[in-house]
Amino acid sequence: MTATVTSLHEAIATHVHDGQTVAIEGFTHLIGFAAAHEIIRQGRRGLTLARLTPDLVYDQMVAAGCASRLVFSWLGNPGVGSLHAIRRAIEADELAIEEYSHHGMVARYAAGASRLPFFPLRSYDGSDLPAANPQIRRVASPYDGEEIAVVPPLNPDVTIIHAQRGDADGNVQAWGIVGVQREAALAARRVIAVVEELVDRSVVRDDPDRTLLPGTVVDAVCVEPFGAHPSFAQGYYDRDNAFYRDWEPISRDPSRLSAWLDEWVHGLDGRTAYVQRLGEEAVQKLRPEPRPSGRVDYGSYR
Amino acid sequence: MNGPSSVPTPDELMIAAAAAELAGVRTVFVGIGLPNAAANLARRSVAPDLELIYESGVVGARPSRLPDSIGDPALVSGAAATMSMRDLFGGFLQGGRIEVGMLGAAQIDRWGNLNTTVIGSYDKPAVRLPGSGGACEIALNAGRVIVVMSQSTRSFVDHVDFVTSPGHRRPGGSGTRPAWAGAGPSAVVTQLGVYHFGDDGEMELAALHPGVDESTVDAGTGWPMRRASSVARLAEPSAETLAAIRELVA
Repeated sequence: MTATVTSLHEAIATHVHDGQTVAIEGFTHLIGFAAAHEIIRQGRRGLTLARLTPDLVYDQMVAAGCASRLVFSWLGNPGVGSLHAIRRAIEADELAIEEYSHHGMVARYAAGASRLPFFPLRSYDGSDLPAANPQIRRVASPYDGEEIAVVPPLNPDVTIIHAQRGDADGNVQAWGIVGVQREAALAARRVIAVVEELVDRSVVRDDPDRTLLPGTVVDAVCVEPFGAHPSFAQGYYDRDNAFYRDWEPISRDPSRLSAWLDEWVHGLDGRTAYVQRLGEEAVQKLRPEPRPSGRVDYGSYR
Repeated sequence: MNGPSSVPTPDELMIAAAAAELAGVRTVFVGIGLPNAAANLARRSVAPDLELIYESGVVGARPSRLPDSIGDPALVSGAAATMSMRDLFGGFLQGGRIEVGMLGAAQIDRWGNLNTTVIGSYDKPAVRLPGSGGACEIALNAGRVIVVMSQSTRSFVDHVDFVTSPGHRRPGGSGTRPAWAGAGPSAVVTQLGVYHFGDDGEMELAALHPGVDESTVDAGTGWPMRRASSVARLAEPSAETLAAIRELVA
């Protein structure tokens, strides 16, 4: 598989289809809002959405009617409160849930990435989570008979990640909090990588340790600056905490939420228009001061 | 009014008491809010070698500002390490490399079982809460657990509606923790006092905040609260401690 640099519109049209299991991963950092908005615009339905923290990104997708099932481990608006569209959909029986803990979700992606039948972890003993989710089971170790909790593999049809930069070969580099993106991507049948900027191949090859995913496992690379807003991209822009707080009253009120989707998703043709609508002042306020890393020397060998 | 009040708020009393529980600790798994402030205070006082570890995979954060959430770029810039969540939950937490986990909860019972999942039944909850996040495995794998939460008969309950994160025994008093697990809840810090756990795993009142009496504790507990062999009276936080807390949460 060779990665192709393509528009986000084309990548979603090509790889994301109704009824699939989709993971837009990125733990608090590099959350793929641009990709989510494109999925909403293209009107996907019946998706199973997997993510440790559904965050605003899935609250918006659920509100837009994209999802029928949610797989998660922490359901909230971080630092603020609830995700009201998701709560309403659960209460109306329009959204089925499958609930784990963080390590359970990490282990599911790890099993998926390695094509294992299950993954053992030291968790859930004495918790009611296995009673709430029969997918959390126990097996006896073949070595000493000790019982241990296991979770099943999670193999998304498509995993979408956002990263700071990529090159024309589809090599993707990320730094800062990298969460579970590598495992979630390796577990998937298709991988879409959205990046803040496309850089020359030499930039990647001068610093291979920074590569989260090589192009051999990436199907499409899309360039969407500010594509993770209102989450953040380390070194590029800050988390828009005010937006996360503002989401609370929007999410609480279905008519306001619907109007928000009309204005910020359906009414725009992509992220460039979204950034224009945010305005230069709002964008500049989120830009950090530089704090570059020291450089390491990989050496040049004869 | 001239200058800040010298009277500590309930939150400030909780931060000071939770920080004291971290004396000498090197590694603590924390979230945002009061536990974060307590851990930062401890690092400036009773635990100078303390490193804060976040479930996002940041180890040894030195944030230049108070983070709004555990996902904050200021936690990364200047940290000792960032790592994948697979390494953090696998090699670090499950590998026994975390001495103390700090957790909050909507409900707790006498055995230290914590509920952050639902109020009411799981299938038709009266209130849907966020769920476990990493709390279930932190409660089991950290060397010990410090709980920071507000206390009333709604939160200190005879039976939690759901066990998200296990304490010392199952609700009702059966069972024990697995042999591989950490020591479990060692302290609960509330606005009324500090609670420890007896050898049988039951919570007991260990200390009262200034101005709080035992009848207030009993009125704020949904079961007959046991007493430790002696119930201490916590001192008022010093002026320096109060100033440090206010700088941390300003």
